[in-house]
Amino acid sequence: MDVINQLQRQYVDFLSSLYREGLLDDQFLQIQKLQDESNPEFVNEVVTLFFEDSEKLLHNLAIALDQQLVDYKKVDACVHQFKGSSSSIGAQRVRNICVSFRTCYDAKNLEGCLRCLQQLKDEYYLVKNKLQTLFKLEQQILAAGGVIPIMG
Amino acid sequence: MDSYSNGFSPRGEAFPAGLRVLVVDDDPTWLKILEKMLKKCSYEVTTCCLAREALDLLRERKDGFDIVISDVNMPDMDGFKLLEHVGLEMDLPVIMMSVDGETSRVMKGVQHGACDYLLKPIRMKELKNIWQHVFRKKIHEVRDIEGLEAGIEEFQMMRNGISDQSDDGFSFCGGDLNSARKRKDFDNKHDDKNFGDPSAGKRTRVVWTVDLHQKFVKAVNYMGFDKVGPKKILELMNVPWLTRENVASHLQKYRLYLSRLQKDNDIKASHGGIKQSTDATTRDQAGNIGFKNSINIKQNDAAITNFSIPGNVVVQSSNPKGHDFVVSSPDLGTKGALVSDAQEIQKATSSSGVGLNCNFGTPDLDAKYTTLSSVLPPQFSWNREHKPQIEQINVFNNLLPDLHDQIQINQETFFPNYPTPFNKERDKLTHIKVMPPHGTEFSSQNIRQQMPGENAFTLNPVQSECSTTTFNPSEPITRSAWKSSNDQVIDHILVNDLDSLNGNLILGKSSALTYLNVNFPACLLQEDCSPTFFELQNREFSDCNDPGLLSEPSTYLYDSLKFDYEYPCDPFEYPVMDQGLFIA
Repeated sequence: MDVINQLQRQYVDFLSSLYREGLLDDQFLQIQKLQDESNPEFVNEVVTLFFEDSEKLLHNLAIALDQQLVDYKKVDACVHQFKGSSSSIGAQRVRNICVSFRTCYDAKNLEGCLRCLQQLKDEYYLVKNKLQTLFKLEQQILAAGGVIPIMG
Repeated sequence: MDSYSNGFSPRGEAFPAGLRVLVVDDDPTWLKILEKMLKKCSYEVTTCCLAREALDLLRERKDGFDIVISDVNMPDMDGFKLLEHVGLEMDLPVIMMSVDGETSRVMKGVQHGACDYLLKPIRMKELKNIWQHVFRKKIHEVRDIEGLEAGIEEFQMMRNGISDQSDDGFSFCGGDLNSARKRKDFDNKHDDKNFGDPSAGKRTRVVWTVDLHQKFVKAVNYMGFDKVGPKKILELMNVPWLTRENVASHLQKYRLYLSRLQKDNDIKASHGGIKQSTDATTRDQAGNIGFKNSINIKQNDAAITNFSIPGNVVVQSSNPKGHDFVVSSPDLGTKGALVSDAQEIQKATSSSGVGLNCNFGTPDLDAKYTTLSSVLPPQFSWNREHKPQIEQINVFNNLLPDLHDQIQINQETFFPNYPTPFNKERDKLTHIKVMPPHGTEFSSQNIRQQMPGENAFTLNPVQSECSTTTFNPSEPITRSAWKSSNDQVIDHILVNDLDSLNGNLILGKSSALTYLNVNFPACLLQEDCSPTFFELQNREFSDCNDPGLLSEPSTYLYDSLKFDYEYPCDPFEYPVMDQGLFIA
């Protein structure tokens, strides 16, 4: 029991920090609430989808910005999409970068765009990392026979 | 964790549980989340990641969904375009979503007809209430059926500060009426400065004659149906006395009409299609012509023998034995049903077996009827590019002997085997076999082509399954009937016991044809009219020189249909509709 409690506390602390640091926002809590017995892996599935989608978008963005003649519409489409998907799981910081990214491509500021792309990558991998850690903690709790604490 | 499910009715309970939602979003993450959220609301969810796919799905399952939720930004099709398609073809409420909440975007959504615009991330509570849009639409449809005119009056009254409890049955919708109208009006009047005062007392009552409407349609087509606003239309029409409000209001009706065309309505046999289509009622495609003029259809037994021809010519057929025909000439607006003497007319038409209830026209147009003493005014001339030689006219001829001379029908061309059913006892069922003049062509032009192009709407499902139709006299022309006729290129017109039909031939969406069981393709009314069909019209009708009523309407009908939509059109319907219906 002690182990479980410990794990659970760890989990809660960790998740709280993510909220505190703005990596995740309330939306993440919402999707956690959507998870139930009928779909115990829901959050995991959603986040996995997010990862796949995001990496594709980042890849496309890199290519788009690497062109001789940059198609800013395409950049817009990618960033917009990224904004949408990051908002789906509550990846707040990623989403915010998308907002500032827009300013850059609206102004057709290539340098600005490249900078934003880098920031986007950084934030994305950071949140991905954190989420993966979070899931590991969850698995540990479950493996120990405990339940994942629900926050909020 | 599952705190949301408590608030909803358990499965098996009534609305809104089980609401059938179609979610369209290219973002897989959101699609999954929305699906889950909607399921938690006890809704029945279908997801789609492509707009095209969604449209296919909607077309396949015409009545399979109650509401559509779609993202604005999608790779294969602009969400707004999808929105329009859905609104026009299926007339389902559509909710837009986007992560972008800029006012301009939201406004665009509303302008395109979205009933709501949600910002991502979307919360459960927002989804919980989407059923209200479905409900609201239903209410308004009912209202439409019961008399848009009355509704308009109601609306005006409300605007004038009169209690909205004043009217029968509309009080409930009163508040909604206002907001719904505004909502609906919005996209039509967004460029109309008087939006806030659409029914200002000063509005002239416009009579939308065939000519006028034709100008209108041309203007609309010129600009593009979905792009044009009343102001531009007004400019293009170049009718000095017409105001922008007039045009705006007409445009709204027109859009409504066009959007309603595709609706599947079941004709209520008993009413004989008295209820003009509004989605709710008439499923029957038969002869939906012209605007969805629900006003015309009153829910009474009185034979509303008004045809509101697309040119707003309303022909009120009456007893061929000599009742006066009330014909709303092209110069007169018709609102349709102003059946002054419904009962009598009904009787008359019953005996004559033909009640043409073709409701077109915009409800709020003044209808002036010219009473013809059994003679079609010469001003009505069929001669236009397509002189319809509608077989059906013959039918009417027989019924309305007075008009007989006026109407010439080239039976051969259109209905080679037309047996002139009406000669005989009306009580007898007669099968009228209508052969399309160009059978093969028709079939090849089968409207049912599934979306030839991006813009092609699948014909109303009704039309799709056309096959040889044998109408069961006792039932209104059902969708399937329509379908069959369309596909087969052979329309069987079953003449029912006219009395039982109340002698009403209701054209237009409303089951006009039901009574006669004339399978008038609702093409005219449907937006699906392909250019080919249009051409066909020309061919077909050249011989018809029915002076009467509707040359104008037919033309403009074609125009509107042709230009506005490239949807396939049942070739049959066109001519038939055109001609037959307008015979008073």
